[in-house]
Amino acid sequence: MLIRESASKMAEALANKEVSAVELTNQHFEQIEAVDKDVHAFLYLDKEGAISQAADIDKRRAAGEKLSPLAGIPLALKDVLTQKGVPTTCGSKILAGWRPPYDATVVTKLKSAGVVILGKTNMDEFAMGSSTENSAYGPTHNPWDLSRIPGGSGGGSSAALAAFEAPLAIGTDTGGSIRQPAAVTGTVGVKPTYGGVSRYGLVAFSSSLDQAGPCARTVLDTALLHQVIAGFDPRDSTSINQAVPDVVAAAKKQNVAGMKIGIVKQLSGDGYQKGVENKFNEAISELVKLGAEIVEVSCPNFEYALAAYYLIAPSECSSNLARFDSIRFGLRVGDDGTHGAEEVMNLTRQAGFGREVKRRIILGTYALSSGYYDAYYGSAQKVRTLIKRDFEAAFEKCDVLVSPTAPTTAFKIGEKANDPLAMYLNDIATIPVNMAGIGGMSLPCGLADEDNLPVGFQIMSPAMKDERMYLVGGALEAALLAKWGKPILDFAPKLVGSK
Amino acid sequence: MAAISRDEVANLARLARIAMSDAELDHLAGEMDVILGAVARVQEVAGKDVPATSHPLDVNNVVRDDEVVPSLSPNEALSGAPASEDQRFKVPQILGEE
Repeated sequence: MLIRESASKMAEALANKEVSAVELTNQHFEQIEAVDKDVHAFLYLDKEGAISQAADIDKRRAAGEKLSPLAGIPLALKDVLTQKGVPTTCGSKILAGWRPPYDATVVTKLKSAGVVILGKTNMDEFAMGSSTENSAYGPTHNPWDLSRIPGGSGGGSSAALAAFEAPLAIGTDTGGSIRQPAAVTGTVGVKPTYGGVSRYGLVAFSSSLDQAGPCARTVLDTALLHQVIAGFDPRDSTSINQAVPDVVAAAKKQNVAGMKIGIVKQLSGDGYQKGVENKFNEAISELVKLGAEIVEVSCPNFEYALAAYYLIAPSECSSNLARFDSIRFGLRVGDDGTHGAEEVMNLTRQAGFGREVKRRIILGTYALSSGYYDAYYGSAQKVRTLIKRDFEAAFEKCDVLVSPTAPTTAFKIGEKANDPLAMYLNDIATIPVNMAGIGGMSLPCGLADEDNLPVGFQIMSPAMKDERMYLVGGALEAALLAKWGKPILDFAPKLVGSK
Repeated sequence: MAAISRDEVANLARLARIAMSDAELDHLAGEMDVILGAVARVQEVAGKDVPATSHPLDVNNVVRDDEVVPSLSPNEALSGAPASEDQRFKVPQILGEE
């Protein structure tokens, strides 16, 4: 069994013909069958499609064709990206059974690189949440402790990696939905620079913040996947028309001597768990040993980032989710001849949306309504400017910024489900990155002393300098691996039935 | 005083086309009051001189070349529709019978 290996190791085994892509894919389906009844990372498995894709790769390899580095490697796809003919629900009842007629650009790129898509992963409904508890199809469980959350919104993708159900996954990050799940599951996740990866076929939540990105168990695997999915797309008007930074070379370089690394003063202290701060500080010591220079920077307006985010994201969502109108796709309720179109729309949206989605639509509708627009949405947009300026000033003093990814380790399922504000605080360290459109990575930096659960280390890089987070992440990962003697996921309890 | 009343929340639900139940409206009105109390602090910090940022990238009116490229067929475009007829989306009655 190769399922516990990195994608890079699996790629070597495929290239050396030690294993076929079909065998590798079947190994992962066996693991999914064994553990996913407990983890619930997947909403849909496309066994037939995956095996036929893998068989095609095997045939092409046998014929001597030169294949891309990740050809034949299995991947878990967050259920917010369209895949032609495969159910796409966004974790919502309103899209139950919908089979999109087209591929997202990310999916097109994965397919042409020969990556084998195993299925669609669970998520908070329309990516709104930090725990995957807002999925209409039930929560995902953290493989480290099944009574705990795997983070969110991309908890299915992060749990699939941590449970060895897939070596690669795709997430999307609007306020931390790639990085916070990575942090609490001991995996790696990257939110690329806004515009670095196409949003075509990514079901929109908050268009000025949404960004798809790569997830894996190692920094190098994440970089290899980043390289596959990034790049200009004329179908996304906010796609950046520039060369993709060489993130793979950066991940391999492992040299941070002389780099200036800034610790953001505001992303620590009150609300941050002691064990999280301890592991973060230990990682900083490793970077010092590697020759990096540590500076402290102040970003005073980050204090207002969370408040501004919870106006901007709901405002954009209230507009984006207007498309779920019971006319063109998805659920229709009450169309029995006695209700007019508007009533059917009202009944459908009431039946199809969950609590958090409704809460945000109402909040956004309020923030955009006349009389309140300037005070709420307008002020939030100004705060966004101030946050961008804080980053600009900070990046004048250092090459990357760092912080803990999330203020705590994984909490218990149900613990914060009835307190929206407590739930929103999980994103306090990840949101500034989205507001400014820059890059952010989370990688594991140890287990918290209090609860033996993974802690995430966040690296932030200036826009279109994504290679810098891979450079620092790759070096830190290697140093920590040497210190621990084995990968962090080898410290996790074995799941019942796991291969 | 509450930042937002139950009646206002009911009106927002109507504008957002969601037929919320009375119990939901009662509950949401309380939650909205707490959330608005927390997010209102955005008003404390930015002065009149600070410009708004609506988007992280400085892009305007991006247009592509006007070239014919493959697109969805009518059948594909209608494939997810709850109801369709004659290559059109079929909707419930829009106008009242008078």
